[in-house]
Amino acid sequence: MQLLRKESGTVAAVTAAEHEQRQLRSLWLKLVFLALIGGALIALFLTINVTDWGFALPRRGRKVVAMLLVGFAVAYSSVMFQTITNNRILTPSIIGFDSMYMLIQTVIVYLFGGITLAMMSRELLFVINVGLMVLFASLLYRWLFRREGRNLYFLVLIGIIFGTLFGSFTSFMQRMIDPNDFTVLQDRMFASFNSVNEDLLLIASAAIVLVTLYSLRFLRSLDVVLLGRDQAINLGVAHANLVNRCMVVIAVLISVSTALVGPITFFGLLVANLAYQYMHTYRHAFVVPAASLISVIALVGGQLLVERVFTFSTSLSVIINFIGGIYFLYLLLRETRRD
Amino acid sequence: MKRGSFVALLILLVLLSVVSLFIGVRNITPWGLFQASEDQLQVFFISRVPRLIAILTAGASMSVVGLIMQQLARNKFVSPSTAGTMESASLGVLVATLMFSSASVLHKTAIAFVFALIGTVIFMRILEYAKYKDVIIVPLVGIMFGNVIGAFTTFLALRYDLLQSLNGWMNGDFSGILRGRYELLYIAVPLTIASYIFADRFTLAGMGADFATNLGLNYRFVVNLGLAIIALSSSVVVLTVGSIPYLGLIVPNVVTIMLGDNIRKTLPFTATLGALFVLVCDIIGRTIRYPYEIPISLVVGVVGSAVFLFLILRRGVYATA
Amino acid sequence: MIEVRNVTKKYGSKAVVDNVSLTIARGGVTSFIGPNGAGKSTLLSIISRLMPYDHGEVLIDGQSVARSKSNDLAKKISILKQENHISVRLTIRELVSFGRFPYSQGRLTKEDQQYIDAAIEYMELGDLQHRYLDQLSGGQRQRAYVAMVICQNTDYVLLDEPLNNLDMKHAVQIMRVMRRMVEDLGKTVILVLHDINFASCYSDTIVALKDGRVVHQGSVEQIINTQALHDIYDMHIPIEVINDQRIGVYFT
Repeated sequence: MQLLRKESGTVAAVTAAEHEQRQLRSLWLKLVFLALIGGALIALFLTINVTDWGFALPRRGRKVVAMLLVGFAVAYSSVMFQTITNNRILTPSIIGFDSMYMLIQTVIVYLFGGITLAMMSRELLFVINVGLMVLFASLLYRWLFRREGRNLYFLVLIGIIFGTLFGSFTSFMQRMIDPNDFTVLQDRMFASFNSVNEDLLLIASAAIVLVTLYSLRFLRSLDVVLLGRDQAINLGVAHANLVNRCMVVIAVLISVSTALVGPITFFGLLVANLAYQYMHTYRHAFVVPAASLISVIALVGGQLLVERVFTFSTSLSVIINFIGGIYFLYLLLRETRRD
Repeated sequence: MKRGSFVALLILLVLLSVVSLFIGVRNITPWGLFQASEDQLQVFFISRVPRLIAILTAGASMSVVGLIMQQLARNKFVSPSTAGTMESASLGVLVATLMFSSASVLHKTAIAFVFALIGTVIFMRILEYAKYKDVIIVPLVGIMFGNVIGAFTTFLALRYDLLQSLNGWMNGDFSGILRGRYELLYIAVPLTIASYIFADRFTLAGMGADFATNLGLNYRFVVNLGLAIIALSSSVVVLTVGSIPYLGLIVPNVVTIMLGDNIRKTLPFTATLGALFVLVCDIIGRTIRYPYEIPISLVVGVVGSAVFLFLILRRGVYATA
Repeated sequence: MIEVRNVTKKYGSKAVVDNVSLTIARGGVTSFIGPNGAGKSTLLSIISRLMPYDHGEVLIDGQSVARSKSNDLAKKISILKQENHISVRLTIRELVSFGRFPYSQGRLTKEDQQYIDAAIEYMELGDLQHRYLDQLSGGQRQRAYVAMVICQNTDYVLLDEPLNNLDMKHAVQIMRVMRRMVEDLGKTVILVLHDINFASCYSDTIVALKDGRVVHQGSVEQIINTQALHDIYDMHIPIEVINDQRIGVYFT
């Protein structure tokens, strides 16, 4: 069979290579720009209005670390999820992932009772939680994806209802728990941006590092998945296998972010879409870092605003939900209109 | 057959109503009623009876409201809780509290009503603007719209330190129903009756302005009346009881699956089943962790979500009226 | 050579592909024709391992499809289906470059770039290669996808109704490219086609499916005649020979 290929350096091949180089350079520059802004905001956050350096710095430092972890976790999981579902309106949170985490946590508390848990280390509780999350996530959402002919909005609606179901059930279970048990564990369970669950920082970092290293191997295959299931398989990607692994990664990332700051429903949506718009590329190797940087900027910047400008009279998650909700509506309407 | 089952429902409703009157921390029994102490009688007439009336009224009226909305929007998944109506009413209550802190209940109702009306109208506009090829998008948009309003409301509440109170009325709860505090709910009764009278006209209006006017209907009037009923009922329920998720969605759907779409036939059923549904959930909430009480919004949240899921999976594509 | 042996695929109790056995020799254009629901697309998906089958076996050059690694198969056989919905913006060149993924896993070498250039030129997309897909017409987009498939450089190229949504000029263009791929590059092309006349003018072999079974298989003369077409489509279709082409006049 004759091969189809152009022989040695033609004009076309040369300019293509140049084009490639130029694009890469521009992508790196964009990332650097984001990193600089992020760095500046972090520096500001750490140093503004400090009275007692010995006290403020470590405390703020921990907060910054938490925001870095959460920012990365939400960004990465959202981009990955959007790729495997081939859609830019979805994120794991919209599908009810973070509500599921809260539910699992509450059920564990209900089953094991407060005393046992008070004696159990927080890290162990976290690990158990993550394990169950991974299990349920893989089962539940694989069932949803397998259905041929299930359309997208259907999935989203189901996800939202699941979110309400889990949320209601969680509140319900919380009332079923012995009030004594409940008080013991209350602060552990309700994390927020203003009260980050800082005990878990170490294990959260470990989880994120592990999961990221694991996923680096299939980052390029994810680029191909953007073309859709059929084309990905055509080009040699083991699609079903890959989606499974991604679900595991996503489950861990969402567990981390929910454990640290509670549910932030629409944040991933905003951040993933902004990253694609800003970077103008499909490559995950660039989109994921961009999304992470944008999310760190938003979190640190937002929290700065909340603390210094609004002086804690509002909550970051509320603002995010509001802006994100409107953006989601806009995307939804635009998608359906286009059809 | 239908007659039979309707009567059966009514009987069940009456029975459970009686049961409901005698559940509670204070031990009151039917036969003890005649020798009841001053104390027990007080509890009975100040708390138990009003509570029962509130349950039945809220359940019936909201289910009927849901039915009307579904007729008007030609979509089975529209309801006050999936169209931003309840959230708008809540926002209205918050604004009323903020701006007129010593406002009378009537005042608050009026403001909540205005907000609920505006919210519902905006939702209907959004529906018209985007032509949907997919019926499932409608409740999705509605829920999201409601979430956005909810987020804004929470933002305001946090700002002015009203979050505690906000959670109070955002979460439906019958435990605060006392004589003298719930009579506003009575407004819902004539509204429900009006719905029955105008039922056919709502169905007609749902088919579109041109179609309906062609058949001699005063389209604008009917639609506005429908919206007013929806907004007012929702406001009144939010003010007295709080927000109950998926109410107005579940029951009409269950009824129409079983009985079809003839609204004259289904409306009485819907009202009765709605009352029954809320009653059963309330009884569950009061007995499952006796003597503690689980608020109605949670019980309905769990049961309602499960039923909604089932409906979606079953009804799926056939959700246009 | 592609061998399909007693392959069955069921949806519930209905057999969409019913005990089909088929051999497709190397070289040439083979068209699958048949009424809607005949199982043509499903069969194509099964052959290219996009869809699993319930019974039977599919062998490509002697290797079982079910037991081969997806990446190895990607170098042997490529498929282009109808629905291609992407959620990100890609330029033509970026899309075509994906065709090299089975070989270089995303790290493009200079050699890869040469293949990409050649594929783009073959489909006459040189001027447009840095434009985004959503800025193009349907015909141009389709050509871009075909360029990607060419870039993948496989022996067997499968296309599922590639002419849908294309106007006459572009449909003819694509079919001409198919023939050139066979003649210039020695590929084996298998197409699912709706239009029997395109099948008639461009195929070497035609396979006709109906209700999940092969009802006829053979040369153009053997299939494009009134009797055979009546078996397949339950319609009376008179045949006219125009410019040495057998044309079915099915319109009236």
